[in-house]
Amino acid sequence: MFFTYLRRELRNRRKQTAVVAIGLAVAIALVMVVSSVSAGVRDAQASVLESVYGVGTDITVTQTAEPGEGGFGPGRFTFQKDEGKANDDGTRELSEDRLTTTRGTTSFDAAALDTVAGLEHVTGVAATLELTSLSFSGEMPDLRTTTEGGAAGGVVPGGEGAAGGTDGETGSGGSDETVQGGPSSFEIDERSVTGIDPTATAVGPLTTTEVADGRAFEASDADAKVAVLDAVHAEQQELAVGDTIKVSGTKLEVVGIVTSTTGEGVATASDIYLPITTAATLADLADQVTTLYVQVDSSENVEAVSAAIAAELPDTTVSTQADLAEGVSGSLSTASSLVSTLGTWLSAIVLLAAFGLAILFTVSGVNRRTRELGTLKALGWTQRRVVGQIAGESVAQGLLGGVAGVLLGGLAVLCVNLAGITLSGSTGTSFAGPAGGALPGGGAMPGGGQAAEGGAVVGPRQFGGGTGGGLTETVSDVVLSAPVSVWIVLAAVGLAVLGGLVAGVVGGQRAARLRPAEAFRSLA
Amino acid sequence: MYQIEKLTKTYTQGKRTVHALRDVSLRIEDGELVSIQGPTGGGKSTLLQALGGLDRPTSGSVVLDGKDLTTMNDAGLTRVRAETVGFVFQNFNLIPTLTAQENVETALVPAGVAQADRARRAVAALQSVGLGERADHLPDELSGGQQQRVAIARALVKNPTVLLADEPTGNLDEETRDELIDLLESLWKEQGLTLIMVTHDSAVASRTPRRLHIAKGTLKDRS
Repeated sequence: MFFTYLRRELRNRRKQTAVVAIGLAVAIALVMVVSSVSAGVRDAQASVLESVYGVGTDITVTQTAEPGEGGFGPGRFTFQKDEGKANDDGTRELSEDRLTTTRGTTSFDAAALDTVAGLEHVTGVAATLELTSLSFSGEMPDLRTTTEGGAAGGVVPGGEGAAGGTDGETGSGGSDETVQGGPSSFEIDERSVTGIDPTATAVGPLTTTEVADGRAFEASDADAKVAVLDAVHAEQQELAVGDTIKVSGTKLEVVGIVTSTTGEGVATASDIYLPITTAATLADLADQVTTLYVQVDSSENVEAVSAAIAAELPDTTVSTQADLAEGVSGSLSTASSLVSTLGTWLSAIVLLAAFGLAILFTVSGVNRRTRELGTLKALGWTQRRVVGQIAGESVAQGLLGGVAGVLLGGLAVLCVNLAGITLSGSTGTSFAGPAGGALPGGGAMPGGGQAAEGGAVVGPRQFGGGTGGGLTETVSDVVLSAPVSVWIVLAAVGLAVLGGLVAGVVGGQRAARLRPAEAFRSLA
Repeated sequence: MYQIEKLTKTYTQGKRTVHALRDVSLRIEDGELVSIQGPTGGGKSTLLQALGGLDRPTSGSVVLDGKDLTTMNDAGLTRVRAETVGFVFQNFNLIPTLTAQENVETALVPAGVAQADRARRAVAALQSVGLGERADHLPDELSGGQQQRVAIARALVKNPTVLLADEPTGNLDEETRDELIDLLESLWKEQGLTLIMVTHDSAVASRTPRRLHIAKGTLKDRS
């Protein structure tokens, strides 16, 4: 009788059933789309993070540079008056190579590796030395031929030093800015260099790379003068396996080229990879590291391990995947915040509206059926049976809405996936500083401040950018793929049923208050 | 057997206090056929509701087969309605979405009768009121008289000892009215029911052995 009565009632008031079911379906579909897109954005963020931090990294440990420290300083190139070779046209040829820790970070004792490895729940740890190679080469005015004692004007336009050195396409390092001002002409070349332990392959930035040409590092490369290049960087610089590159004035043989496994044309975390001992020697940072990549046995233990590392290494910055995800910027970040704020609120509002609609219709149905329900009570139906009947009808409406919502939501998610929405995510930290400067000789520097990682000081006088902007940034394009999991489907149907249940409980309470004497209601 | 003692029912309607029943005392023996007449608002339906345990009086007692309905809890009253008392309403009060047979079956649901048995008994009840062929019709596919027959079948399918009918012929034409009263009379005789019928219609009341009259909440026995 329960199901017969329920089926007949729902069929009899098709319009009401349809309105409630559609209302719930739209709400459920929206919740489903938001959940799926949210999961898709999370996956995209993970993908972007993996391209930088590698697969399986749960925690990274870095140390922020203090003002005045290596990774924080003004980064100026300083030349003496009589340095370089004098040319006939009143200029001097100057050049300098520098390999320092990446701006904003500093190195710390490599013993931290063993400290972290010894912690409970840590299953893998790898250390890297993440550096920035800067080289300055070009012609500058010979100060011995300029007016004594003065920086003769030439304010560099451009104000702030912007993020230098990052090509949006390649995602890391490698800028080539040629700047000319009056008689000066110079080039600043910036590349990101990462020292890798050739024997630690389970975790770290190289876990999301594959060898495109040549070979990867081997244990025998520990302190060899060899390098592995990022494929995008190699292509830009027209380098191939067997070629020689120069880092901090030292020649290194290119033994391999790697590409990212996270997407075609996506740059890996660094332009150049060196054996960590070689990198430390070149940067004069023996037994120092800049980053630890930590793998934890279970996601439940990430917070505990993170706290333990912070306690053991109080000067370091310990970041979990969640912290790192917050550092992802670009359209990926916009999508993430859009989904988490607007999407969630919109879902909540529509869901509430649908619940309200279901409740309203159920209560109105109970009011309309006062005599019918009173009659059932007069026939000896218990209160529980009458309330159960009303609640059952509501839950069935919810179930219908849930199934329709899952179909609608599935279709919407399919459309999102077919649309092939590409999200761009970048990771990294930029440090803007006052740039601009004064060039002797009155030359204006176009685009001043851009890529001005370090100005140039000739003799006692400064010119070129001030602190400029520093940035270590990786940009990745990820096609949004919104997954629909069984859990999302179950949760969607569950929500719809919950909506029906809430409406049923409210309507049922109204029915419970009915007296059987209501069966006589229409009588005088 | 009903034993009603000093039954009073008052309620407020706006700022006015309505005395629906005033110290009504009455005894109805098993198997009696009783009609209750009276003007609109005189207390007929209130008395019927009190007899069926549908409403609680302000004071007094309604004892049915030794059990006082006025002191019984809700579960007890529900059980009385499910097993002992059958109701027939002026507006038939059939569930519009259920067929005639399913409507009759609703009276067997509280007793927990199995579905097959329920169907068999419902069809038999419909046959006893001459509607065996209309078992699968919806109420709006039936005439007023047929609908009231279905309501009677629903009231009697559980074999109650008391049948309370509130203006059972109120919405029927004369011919149908007479047919229905004939039916009720024959069922009363066959099943040994206690049949208490509220009616405006003197023609209907004149066919009952005992006639009660209620006006302004006060009962007069004219038998």
